[in-house]
Amino acid sequence: MKQSIFTIIENRPLTDCVWLMRMSGDTSDITAAGQFVNIQLDGLYLRRPISVFDCEDGILSIIYKVVGKGTEQMTTLPVGTPLDVLTGLGNGYNLEKVGKKPLLVGGGVGVPPLYYLAKKLIACGKRPEIVVGFNTAQEIFGVEFFEEIGCKVTVTTVDGSRGVKGFVTNALDAIDYDYVCTCGPEPMLKALYRATEAKGQYSFEERMGCGFGACMGCSCKTVTGYKRICKDGPILEKEEILWEK
Amino acid sequence: MGKMNVNLCGIKLDNPIIPASGTFGFGYEFAELYDINCLGTFSFKGTTKDSRFGNPTPRIAECTQGMINAVGLQNPGVDKVISEELPKLYKVFNKKVMANISGFSVEDYAYTVEKLDSVDQIGWFEVNVSCPNVHGGGMSFGTNPEAAAEVTRAVRKVTKKPIIIKLSPNVTDIVAIAKACEEAGADGISLINTLLGMRIDLRTKRPVIANKMGGFSGPAIFPVAVRMVYQVAHAVNIPIVGMGGVSTAEDVIEMMLAGATAVEVGAANLVNPYACRDIINDLPRVMEKYGIENLSDIIGATE
Repeated sequence: MKQSIFTIIENRPLTDCVWLMRMSGDTSDITAAGQFVNIQLDGLYLRRPISVFDCEDGILSIIYKVVGKGTEQMTTLPVGTPLDVLTGLGNGYNLEKVGKKPLLVGGGVGVPPLYYLAKKLIACGKRPEIVVGFNTAQEIFGVEFFEEIGCKVTVTTVDGSRGVKGFVTNALDAIDYDYVCTCGPEPMLKALYRATEAKGQYSFEERMGCGFGACMGCSCKTVTGYKRICKDGPILEKEEILWEK
Repeated sequence: MGKMNVNLCGIKLDNPIIPASGTFGFGYEFAELYDINCLGTFSFKGTTKDSRFGNPTPRIAECTQGMINAVGLQNPGVDKVISEELPKLYKVFNKKVMANISGFSVEDYAYTVEKLDSVDQIGWFEVNVSCPNVHGGGMSFGTNPEAAAEVTRAVRKVTKKPIIIKLSPNVTDIVAIAKACEEAGADGISLINTLLGMRIDLRTKRPVIANKMGGFSGPAIFPVAVRMVYQVAHAVNIPIVGMGGVSTAEDVIEMMLAGATAVEVGAANLVNPYACRDIINDLPRVMEKYGIENLSDIIGATE
């Protein structure tokens, strides 16, 4: 973990309520895809944890959904604004455990970390295939980023307004894969967990206090004991997951 | 440069800054960020007889200038604290540490203190009779003078190390409880634990926190903490560890003027992991600004 000041170099909407922010700063502690950063905002007491969408050569990119005061404030920040950011948080996806034919499955605002993961997998000679699920065609974002790096992308929408109608699990039968990496809302993770026999790594979300393991605010129970989503997660291996709720 | 050292229940602290229990784990995570030997000491994660997962999530809610937590004393239990957590701490911290313990019966408190008593690195026991997040325990011992005194007497019997009783602000008369603890043999009082609070989500119309209520901390509670430290300091003759929303070196001075011998920093660590180091580094500047030669001279200086 590192605390440092980043400077916003781009901040623009991708859809009605999803924004892309790029900032320059010290990215040396961001060591794995699936990690997140924790951003301090003016007048708000707790930092805002956001997953890493992309990271290279001192440029950190995040994609965030506007859901409350903090993310609303973020949309108003102009280029040049300095931000106090904690980087290198969370375990991230373990590339060595990923199988030969990885499938990356993202739901909604769970899609962004899979882009950085796809780039990392391609760099180690793997060809990840992508499934991204949204509610409607209006909510779709990010597909072109995956296509630019040569990934095949299947889109699902709940209302059928684009791609496969239904949920990400409706797209699985048509794809040849032996391993799953996923990030999205918990009901999606649970459905995917049940729909596939493949091993995999699942990224979880929880309301956090500190984001670096000190407060025990985001603990969960796993097969291998209590884990802090922010420090021991957010990525859990499929075998570790205990569904409670 | 002025002198920052203070004496807490017979043990010298290089400075009065103590990360508060539950915001600093068992220290080793923060030791990856900075040399935690710069601290006066720190109070480790509240430890109970048996391991506890704590409350369901969400456990955290944001507030204006603060936060609510309902963690519920998650900890691995005293045996694992001794066998797994403290050995990691020895490697990164070479000062006496404050053992924060809690319980659900008088016997629990005595059991946990007795187990930890032989650990050489433990300098003080901070006995939490004030956790607002566990039912049928914790705070119920700290809301009644006689119950708080009973816990104090029970732990007094099993240790010769200094006992500091951590009090709840969620009471009508905190002075009566502090006096009862002093009479029962406490060596110090720490206060305040969190204020019982609640937030409601306007969209779902449900409490933000799964446990509905939780402990409110952060800068918003600082004036309440200063007031209670002042009241208790004027009523007892044992040292006070002041806490509640402390975030800056100025807050530390104010807390000491109110009567605190040492000062704990809690929620601030969760927002700025370097908060305690930053406060310690800033203290000499603030001392000079207010003409303070020795920090120990200002303890309780406000009439």
